[in-house]
Amino acid sequence: MKLPKLIAKNLMRHKLRTALTMLGLAVAILAFGLLRTVVTAWYAGVDASASNRLITRDAVSFIFPLPYSYRDQIAKIPDVSEVSFATWFQGTYVDNRPDHFFPRMAVDAETIFDLYPEFLLPLNQLEAFKKERNSCVIGAKIANEFNLKIGDILTIQGDIFPGNWQFVIRGIYTPKDKTVDATQMFFHWTYLDEKLKQDAPYRAGNVGWYVIRIDNPEKAPAVSEAVDRLFENSSAKTKTETEKAFQQSFVSLSSAIITSLEIVSYVIIGIILLVLANTIIMSARERIREYAVLKTLGFTSKHIFFLVAGESLFISIIGGGIGLAFTFPVVAGFGAAFPTFFPVFNIAGSTLALAITFSIVVGGVASIFPAIRSANIKIVDGLRQIG
Amino acid sequence: MADAIVQVHSVSKSYHRDSIEIPVLQNITLDVPEGEFLALMGPSGSGKTTLLNLIAGIDRPNSGSINVAGTNIVQLNESALARWRSRNVGFVFQFYNLMPVLTAFENVELPLLLTHLSKKERKEHVETALNVVGLADRIHHYPKQLSGGQEQRVAIARAVVTDPTIIVADEPTGDLDKKSADEILLLMERLNSEFKKTIVMVTHDPRAAERAHTTQHLEKGELIQ
Amino acid sequence: MKIPLAYNLRNLWTRRLTTLLTVGGIALVVFVFAAVLMLAHGVKATLVSTGSDNNVIILRKSAQSELVSAVSRESASLIETFPEIAADNTGKPIASANMVTIINLRKKKTNDMGNVTVRGVSPQILAVHPEVTMKTGRMLQFGSNEIVIGNAIADEFDGTAIGQKIQIGTSVWTIVGLFDAGKTGFASEIWGDTEQLMLAFNRPVYSSLTVKLKNPNDFEALKTKLAAEQRLQELEPKREKQYFEEQSEFMATFIRALGLVITIIFSFGAMIGAMITMYAAVSNRTVEIGTLRALGFRRRSVLAAFLVESLMLSFFGGVLGIIIASLLQFVTFSTTNFGSFSELAFGFSLTPDIVVGTLLFSLAMGFVGGFLPAFRAARLNIINALRAS
Repeated sequence: MKLPKLIAKNLMRHKLRTALTMLGLAVAILAFGLLRTVVTAWYAGVDASASNRLITRDAVSFIFPLPYSYRDQIAKIPDVSEVSFATWFQGTYVDNRPDHFFPRMAVDAETIFDLYPEFLLPLNQLEAFKKERNSCVIGAKIANEFNLKIGDILTIQGDIFPGNWQFVIRGIYTPKDKTVDATQMFFHWTYLDEKLKQDAPYRAGNVGWYVIRIDNPEKAPAVSEAVDRLFENSSAKTKTETEKAFQQSFVSLSSAIITSLEIVSYVIIGIILLVLANTIIMSARERIREYAVLKTLGFTSKHIFFLVAGESLFISIIGGGIGLAFTFPVVAGFGAAFPTFFPVFNIAGSTLALAITFSIVVGGVASIFPAIRSANIKIVDGLRQIG
Repeated sequence: MADAIVQVHSVSKSYHRDSIEIPVLQNITLDVPEGEFLALMGPSGSGKTTLLNLIAGIDRPNSGSINVAGTNIVQLNESALARWRSRNVGFVFQFYNLMPVLTAFENVELPLLLTHLSKKERKEHVETALNVVGLADRIHHYPKQLSGGQEQRVAIARAVVTDPTIIVADEPTGDLDKKSADEILLLMERLNSEFKKTIVMVTHDPRAAERAHTTQHLEKGELIQ
Repeated sequence: MKIPLAYNLRNLWTRRLTTLLTVGGIALVVFVFAAVLMLAHGVKATLVSTGSDNNVIILRKSAQSELVSAVSRESASLIETFPEIAADNTGKPIASANMVTIINLRKKKTNDMGNVTVRGVSPQILAVHPEVTMKTGRMLQFGSNEIVIGNAIADEFDGTAIGQKIQIGTSVWTIVGLFDAGKTGFASEIWGDTEQLMLAFNRPVYSSLTVKLKNPNDFEALKTKLAAEQRLQELEPKREKQYFEEQSEFMATFIRALGLVITIIFSFGAMIGAMITMYAAVSNRTVEIGTLRALGFRRRSVLAAFLVESLMLSFFGGVLGIIIASLLQFVTFSTTNFGSFSELAFGFSLTPDIVVGTLLFSLAMGFVGGFLPAFRAARLNIINALRAS
């Protein structure tokens, strides 16, 4: 059909209206993309988790520690190839600003980088870190954000573990790819434990959680069960799950907020649907007489339907496309402005697919009623309306 | 008269306004022979436009049959009727009804988009039609840039460009000054005599009716002989 | 000379489908805007009302929450002897030594595990928090493994009926009562005997100490005293209200900041909708505008008329949005408060301030969206306007 030309001409009739509607769509798709990206950022840890790692934590809550003595027992379990561990340190950075938060953990310096190959650390830095008791390794994003370099002293005010803690930076790790969190800080667990032995001996000798590497991911259920059975009758029962499940349980802590954001991201689609429907209905109403004339010329109802729907789809696809194009720089800017807020902030493929789908769906749905009404207009009635 | 190109037989038509039934046409029978230039006259509300719409296939009667060039158009469904219109009817309106966003050329080209003609063939047809109506020099003008008489001539070009079986015109001079109206009527006369087009024209202008071969009068929905 | 309001209303009615769509768009934006304010207010209200002016909470310095705080038995006993602290009719100080921890319970709705705050309390607890009353069952027997649970927990989590048993730490506890703490944070807590809980968790120290002052003005005196006492150097008093407000700060700020950014972006959509509608209204009524001007109405009146029409649209949208948002008051929102690492239930509360703020917001959208079209209407040339068909 040769309708596209007529569609294009109609779009140019109310240039301002067309432009405004496209702008509205662009803003809506941009907002949708941004919101979705915030939601997926929450799940970044889940998506990045490896299938060959298990996490063992206290059965009740991860805020309770596990005895250090569990380590050797876990290592003896068949199919376990390596065991490492970490303790959540928290603390506040010198300026005590909550938005300057980044994860700080006391780890087993000997094994941690073996278990997390996605953290790339030059060999000489790794060796330097292992050798020095009060040294630490930080993520590249943190180094950038706070302008830190190797050899600098990082001072952290402890809260869970009181005191002023000073660490020498001996390594800066880079992420393997952009799905990996580069905002963490690791230091020697032994350093923490020695201090606890002096200040609060009842808290010493504990770790936050164990990280277990297995060679065959299919053995995950068997190994998990074996670990938990081992400590079933101990004072601290354990819960072992895949890293993915562990991360998922963190995400579900804020599930109400995530759900709200998801709902809200659909609300903007609803808003723009109303705006576009309004534009198309107004245009169609103004042109009823023209559509009647087209029908006298022999154009069918189907032609008129496509004329109206085509106009709507054109606006929604172009507007959505513009919005999508702007989503990339805006997300990049947002991520750069708040590097520690969402350590991993990328537009997911599913976000792109949804945004494109919604652009098309909105264009289609907004035009259904005016298109049907215009297509079914009785020529006689249409001509009677003097425009 | 078996050779009549338009055969209207016992046609009645009424409208519903709210719950009241308003009869518009009552038992009309009318034959229009091929090559005729017929003027339908009558006061406002007499049903002449309704009759014209029925012949043109943009409205349907409550009863009766309408045969145009051997097709009983009353029996056609919506899309068949649309296809039929695109081949058989050329429409001329009182208010021209050109698409304001299209040029004269594009307006005339519109009905050809429904045919299988190539772009080149369409261009030839459009140029011929605009030549016939004497607007070859206004081909790329928009309706806004034309006078009323010129707009109506574009509309006539649009009506003849597909070489339809009949041309129907509803008050084609109703919105024009005397000079332009004369030009339009002259053009229609030419279409009839030179190009052998069958024309059915609704008018209440006696001067327009004079140009036609025959005149039929309608009053209160009935033909007056 | 003013163009009568009826003219605008009738015009809105004439094109009611367009009016409805525009109002609907504005209403959705207003709904999100109001919901954000209501939620932020709900979070603050829940946590602030948790505290009392008379109460002081004593924590370890630099501890941001009770969860990471520690107060030794010796320090607690010493503070309880201070004369600023109120006493009951038997002369005992009104104070509660708390041991705060969290446990996992299964949520009814989603079947997920959620964290719940368990607070060990002293026998004086109901005197410290007189706003808390027993709803059903009875108060726990101190010295035994009995617990009472807050009203929000019972609604939210499985296995929390009276008579049921829950494993906390190394022992099993029996639920003997349900307490009503209204809309405070305590409603999301489980209470047991501090001493018993410390045994179950093998903890030698309290988390915090809550004391009731004889007079709210004694706070500064208590603070000076604490700072002067050599043995209490590592502790710090905070007004209970202030402490809970700090707990809510991150969450309330987060909700408000994210919510406002979202609604500002959304409002562009609604303003564009209003603008499109009003531009169309102006172009469809060009002849009318010409007529009005010919009749002697001034440009200013035409500007006002179209602006008023846009404001009406946005006002209706605002009212509709608030009506929808007010339904949220029946919804309880529960999420993890990262201050205490446990589930906290709070409501959306609609206050007069929020209603007024939201209506002003919607009128602002109408004003911005309607101004340019109204301006165009006012600038139309009479002759051209009358000639337009």
